[in-house]
Amino acid sequence: MNAGVPLSAQLINLCAAVILLLAFAMLAQRRVMPLINLFGLQGLVLAGSTLVVAVTTHQAHLYWSAGLTLLLKAMLLPWILHRLVRKLYVKWDIESLVNVPATMLIGIVLVIVAFNVALPISQFSSTISRGTLGIALATVMLAFLMMITRTKAIPQVVGFLAMENGLFLAATSATYGMPMVVELGIALDVLVGMIILGVFFFQIREQFDSLDIRHMEHLKE
Amino acid sequence: MPDRRALCAFGACRLALGRPGGKARTGVGLMDPFLLMLIIPLVSGALLTVVGERAWAPHLNIIASAGTFLASALLTVEIVAQGPRFAFGEHFFIDSMNVFFVALTAFVGMTTSIFSGPYMRNERERGRLTAPRLRLYKSMYQIFMFTMLVALTTNNLGILWVAMEAATLTTVLLVSLYRTPASLEAAWKYFILCGVGIAQALFGTILLYFAAERVLGHTGNALLWTHLVDVKGQLEPAIMALSFIFLLVGYGTKVGLAPLHNWLPDAHAEGPTPVSAVLSGLLLNVALYAILRCKVLADGAIGGDFAGNLMMGFGLLTLLVAAFFLGRQKDIKRMFAYSSIEHMGLITFAFGMGGAVANFAGFLHMTMHSLTKSAIFFAVGHATQKVGTQLMADIRGLIRINPVIGWGLMLGTLAILGMPPFGVFASEFMILTHAMKHHPWATPILLLALGVAFASIFGKVQPMVFGETEARRLPHAPAITPVFIHLAIVLMLGLWIPPYLTRWFHEAARMLG
Repeated sequence: MNAGVPLSAQLINLCAAVILLLAFAMLAQRRVMPLINLFGLQGLVLAGSTLVVAVTTHQAHLYWSAGLTLLLKAMLLPWILHRLVRKLYVKWDIESLVNVPATMLIGIVLVIVAFNVALPISQFSSTISRGTLGIALATVMLAFLMMITRTKAIPQVVGFLAMENGLFLAATSATYGMPMVVELGIALDVLVGMIILGVFFFQIREQFDSLDIRHMEHLKE
Repeated sequence: MPDRRALCAFGACRLALGRPGGKARTGVGLMDPFLLMLIIPLVSGALLTVVGERAWAPHLNIIASAGTFLASALLTVEIVAQGPRFAFGEHFFIDSMNVFFVALTAFVGMTTSIFSGPYMRNERERGRLTAPRLRLYKSMYQIFMFTMLVALTTNNLGILWVAMEAATLTTVLLVSLYRTPASLEAAWKYFILCGVGIAQALFGTILLYFAAERVLGHTGNALLWTHLVDVKGQLEPAIMALSFIFLLVGYGTKVGLAPLHNWLPDAHAEGPTPVSAVLSGLLLNVALYAILRCKVLADGAIGGDFAGNLMMGFGLLTLLVAAFFLGRQKDIKRMFAYSSIEHMGLITFAFGMGGAVANFAGFLHMTMHSLTKSAIFFAVGHATQKVGTQLMADIRGLIRINPVIGWGLMLGTLAILGMPPFGVFASEFMILTHAMKHHPWATPILLLALGVAFASIFGKVQPMVFGETEARRLPHAPAITPVFIHLAIVLMLGLWIPPYLTRWFHEAARMLG
């Protein structure tokens, strides 16, 4: 770390690194409840890093989006997921199509790719947090990998939400966040989507007696 | 058409914003067709949820859709006569390009609601649907129309994303309406694949905002299309290139572009038929519209053919993949869903070629495809209800069960396969000749795909219409009129395009550059 980097930038980089670590931890986690907790923790760190950017740059609307993130991603969504898991009596173990070490290796490759894609772009940014654009893209890709390799419905959804976390990090790191009206719209979509999926889970379990996506492989050519 | 001076008297009308060109107007009155067009579906969606499934609920659905169409027609007249305008400050922007999509969306929305009246009642009597689900269907149908109209008219590319995602969420509920294992599987696949796709589009939008912010500053205006298009030459090409790739792949998932097209046949086959009609006829168009808006910006920033070449590549790949999967289908709705993928590939290719002629052909083909494909789905819906199956091998002799449905399906199929004198022929012919002139290498691929598609679809529809069968009557007479209204328009446009429509298409094609 070079000495010229201010403390706030170091804090933001630290937060981004923790978010990436959490993304790897989620990829490796085999149980549903800890997976949801990791997701909540990721939301918390995300809200923290947004707050640091807000304090440093005095962007008023970033305080709002930090608060929104805290409320939605660190509290409300994990709470809904917890309730769903308890109500659905989901089996606690998650099965993965690819074993964990192999998934981690693929994840590392994805991180390298993400960094290389983001490098030429982030140099155009004038924000204090521009270094984290690569990390944000890597988080998105790791979440994407999680959605592909998991066979149960709930981990797939957690992957989907984690992908949204990565996108949010990208927005704050490259541009200090999207305009407020857009951010509110995105938050609303995520929340409504989560509620619809909750209803959907019950329907799936009613039909298949399980939330294992592998039961849903009948629609083929 | 409300008198604009009266609107000004309302105190709600603010005139020209002093943009270059000086034509764009802003301000919204109470009787503004634009406002009505958005409020009618929203309010009637809420109303249909509250009142539940009554005998008159289908009529309310039809009246609301007709009202939306009427408002959109008034809006179209206004735009054609007076040029582009804003609404609610600069949040909404309507020009000749999107008003064309708005009118088409509202029209097909109206005819589909007419079709779905007797269709859904038959489904209920067959025991496939219950009253609460019919309520869900009608309210979600209206909300779906609302989200699509917002996506088409918003000036903010961020809100465009939000509206597209909202459209996905409403259609997930519509696709899983039957709650059968297969429909749940289709809806899940739809949600996950489109969710991934739309997440990529969001990343593309973030990058776009990043590029715009460097020029326009960190304000809410930096995602407004009208502001972006003014400064498109100054946007950083490296960022815009990456942004367009993400936007194309992301929204392309919803258009049904290969390789992320897998959700489309499942969603079409397992959802109720009116939903298949609006998915094919409207949602795919709206997603392609989003890509076109972004392409204008990418072209201005990057220059050259970067965006166009990408679209041509994806378009050709999609066309080929769909054409070769067509022959393997056993389910009639799946087959026509693949046909939609094929046509969307062709349209994407046309817009990729760019230039006045190809853009004109692209718009024309989008109109033709929307009208024809929804007409086909109406006919297919009634046919499958009569026969009680979607398996093509079990559908035989439609011409004897109900000659009108039989002919509707046959004529619709001939139209979608590009037989003259139907309008699809005209647009396909324009695309092909333009490709021959400017991109000769693509011609054999196009001809091969169109030929394979023709052989597969015609070979399967012919025995369904003319084969042997025994008949059965439906409790509610099917609504056949929409099928023939659509086919008549397609036929008319094949023979003669009204001059104002030509002007309008030209105008829209010119806007694309």
